[in-house]
This record gives sequence, C-alpha cells and structure tokens, in this order.
Amino acid sequence: MISWEPPQPQKMASELKRVVPRSKWPHFLQNLDIRRSFPKTYSILGIHSGKPNPAQSAIKNVRSMAETQSNCAVVANGLIKQFGRFAALRGVSGEFAAGGLYVILGDNGAGKTTLLRIIAGLSHLTRGNISVLGNRNIREVRGHIGYMAHPSLLYDEMGGMENLRYFAGLYEIAPRTSKGDSAKLTEERCREVITAVKLDPDLERPVGQYSQGMRQRMSLARALLNDPRLLLLDEPFSNVDARSAKEMAGLLAELRDKEKTLFVVTHQPALLESLADEFVWMEAGKIVKRSPALHTGPQ
Amino acid sequence: MRLFAITRATLAKDVRLEWRSKDAINAMLFFSLLVVVIFSFAFDPTAEESRRIAGGLIWVAFLFAAIVALNQTWARELRNQVLDAYRVSPAPANPLFLAKAFGNFVFVSVLEALMTPLFIIFYKLRALGNAWELLPIAVLGTWALVVNGTFFAAISLRTRSREIMLPLLLFPLSIPALLAMVNSTTAVLTGEESARFWIALLVAYDVVFTTVCLLLFETVLEAE
Repeated sequence: MISWEPPQPQKMASELKRVVPRSKWPHFLQNLDIRRSFPKTYSILGIHSGKPNPAQSAIKNVRSMAETQSNCAVVANGLIKQFGRFAALRGVSGEFAAGGLYVILGDNGAGKTTLLRIIAGLSHLTRGNISVLGNRNIREVRGHIGYMAHPSLLYDEMGGMENLRYFAGLYEIAPRTSKGDSAKLTEERCREVITAVKLDPDLERPVGQYSQGMRQRMSLARALLNDPRLLLLDEPFSNVDARSAKEMAGLLAELRDKEKTLFVVTHQPALLESLADEFVWMEAGKIVKRSPALHTGPQ
Repeated sequence: MRLFAITRATLAKDVRLEWRSKDAINAMLFFSLLVVVIFSFAFDPTAEESRRIAGGLIWVAFLFAAIVALNQTWARELRNQVLDAYRVSPAPANPLFLAKAFGNFVFVSVLEALMTPLFIIFYKLRALGNAWELLPIAVLGTWALVVNGTFFAAISLRTRSREIMLPLLLFPLSIPALLAMVNSTTAVLTGEESARFWIALLVAYDVVFTTVCLLLFETVLEAE
C-alpha cells in the first residue's frame, strides 16, 4: 500500500543539505536566507525560525491590546514617529489605566509633545499602533478628548466667550432639542468652564489682549468644553503665576476625582507631586521610567 | 443638519474676524484700484477697444486681488495653531472647507461690487449684448476662483513660501475658467456672439472642481 504524506519543506531542505552540502551550492544561494528574504512565503509554508513571525506577533499584539484596552485609556505599542530623518519617538510602549493622572517629564526634544499629539490624533504614526479610549481609530473618540497645546488654539481677535461658543458648536455639546434650548445650554456650559478656570465670563476683551496666564486658563477652558474623558495638557502651567498654577492643579485634581484620565506634560512636576498617579520620564523618544513617586528620578 | 450648522458658524466667525481686522478686504480693494487706474492711464482706450479688452482686465484684476484673500483665509487659522483645535474636534472636514470657500466668495463679491462701477467709469463701458448675463458670469466665475483657491491655499498652508506656492498651483488650473470668464464677458460687452457656451463651461468647471475639492479636502486637512 502506498501512503502519501504532504510535503514537509523543512524535512526536504535538510535532506537536500545532506545530499548536497551547502559549501557546494552556487555562491548566490549560499548567502541566501529565505527566512529573511521571503518572510511571507516562509510563514505560509508553516516554517518558523526562532525569530517571531511578524504577522503572528501583530495578531498577538492586537489580541493583547483588546484584552487590556477595556480598562485602559491609552495602550501604546511600539510607537515610532519620524520627521524626515529625525525620530521624535523611538518605540514608545505602555498601558495607561483610565482615571489616572500621568505626568510626563523629560528634557526638550524628548518626544513629550509628539506623544500627546499622537494620542490626540493630530500626528500620524510612522510605525506602531495605539488604542485611545478603547478605539484604534482615534477619529471616532475625538469627541471625548480635550487637548490643550503650547499655543492657545484660540482666535486672538475674538473674546473668550465668543471663542468658546464657536468651539462648542464643533463639539455639539448641547443636544439639538430646540434652537433656543440648545443656545442656552451652550451658553451655560461656556460660562461654567470659564468660571471653573477662574476667569470672568463677561470679560469682553479680545483674547489677544489677555495676559499670558489668562490665555493659558482660557485655553484650558476650551479643552474642558466637551467634558472630555481624556484630557491632554501640554505645559498648562507655563507663564502662569504661582497662585494660579496651584488653582489649576487643584482643578486637575478635581477632574481626576471625576474619573477623567489626564496626561500632563510639564516642567513643574512639583505642582502635581501629591496628585499624580504616575510620573513618566521620557528621554530621546523613549519612555525610560515610570514611577508613582517623583523623587525617584529618571535614572 | 450638523454640516450646515458648522458651516454657518464657521462662516459667521470668519466674516466677523474679517470685519474686525479688515486684513483681506483692504488689501484687495487697494490692489484692484491700482490695477484700474494704472491700466486706464497706460492704454487710454476708446469705447470700442475697451469693450474688447475689459473682460480680460477685469478678471485678471479680480484674480490677483483674490489671491490676497485666499492667502489670508488659512493664515488666520495658523496663528496660535487654531486649526489644531478644529482637527482635534469631532467636526467633519467639509464644513470648514465650505465655510472658507463661501467666506472668500463673499469677500471677492464685495470687491467686485465696489470695483465694477469704477471699471465702467474708467473704461466707458456699455454692454451691447444681454447685460443680465454678466450676473451669472460673475457668480460662476467668482466661485471658480475661490473654490480652487481655497483648496490650494489649504495645500500650500504648510509650505515655507505659501504666498508664492498658491499662485503657482492655482493659475495653471484656473486657465479654463479664466478663459470662459474673459470670453463670456467680452461676448456680452461686444454683443458679437452668444456667451452661453462659455457660461455652460463655467457651470461644468464649478461642478467638477467643487466635487473634487470636497472629496479631497479631508486628506489635505489631516496631512501633517
């Protein structure tokens, strides 16, 4: 009786090697490593080297992300961001639980702002993947993200309330029940966030005439407008006087207590020392340390 | 419904900002005024000659003046990186484009309304054809200029020399529209031929380019 076995490439290759030793192969074949040159073909044939198969690792990554992202606000996996030949992020990975206050520290050029912009969906990744609020398509969760950048993201020629009214329209924060109700709800929400950052909602001056500190606070008010689940703040305390900075830190603590997730990039971590859940140190595009305490330092 | 509301809010905001700063409208007015005066001194045409060259002069003046408004459109969004505030919001991209295009349409139309009487006086113009046809020509021609202009101004937004880049991108693509605008205007002014073919060409141009711009704008907005 003739028995037929499916071809086993690995066995065939070793048999071939036994009959014709590699030293007798043509020169170009001696240097050929099929596993490296044709990884997809190799994977289809079911032959695996000791190295991880990229396709299988990707599936494994997605699975592990799906398992963890349910209680994580942000899950980052090998984030690489290049601007031309300069790599701003060189493989940032990490899971950040929902409801935490994370303080991101590092020197200028460490990649802190780039990381925030990627989480906000403003920058595109060169490689890697990221899940924000349980969704890998950040566009779908934009309504739940608040972003405060270095610049104010406000129109200088318009007043504070005018600015917020416009941005409230983009977020559609008031349900469209009737025109009057919607306008009233928008107005109330704008006043609420301006008051929360300790500014006067009736101030009619254009934002361009505000002091730097006032502009920072108005910028925070804009970021809070949509009552975000994830708040990304880039240098919120810069150019703000000590008392106002403390008040802002208090406001961030209140938000954390309301189960919001906060990422704060700052060079003044002492302000958040007692409030932060974790300090994240970045260096040359990588997360080099994560610690619940500030004084442990980056090394 | 949401698209309409965001378009309206963004348009109202842009008109309000322009009303306060008058950055674009002042520059456009002075530029067009200079063109009218300089050309009238340079050529000193007869009424018959005026009818033949006025179509070209008017539209070239408006095209160059519109560039000023088009450059301002997005420059305003770059100050304080306000465009990022729009991009980080869940608002779709197209209302922003439509609002900017409508805004530019309003600014350039205001310019045309103010400058046309001056053209008529300086060049002693009188239409020998159907004068009412100048209205659809003005509307369709202005839209042709601003819809492409708004789109290419957004493309050149992140380039280093965007003031130069915009005309370089816009002018070659505007040639069919410009040809239609000039020929139709001349046809109406001289009354020698019908302007219908050129008007139909303008309609087709507007429909095609508005559709293409709307389809591609999200990609342009999300680009880094």
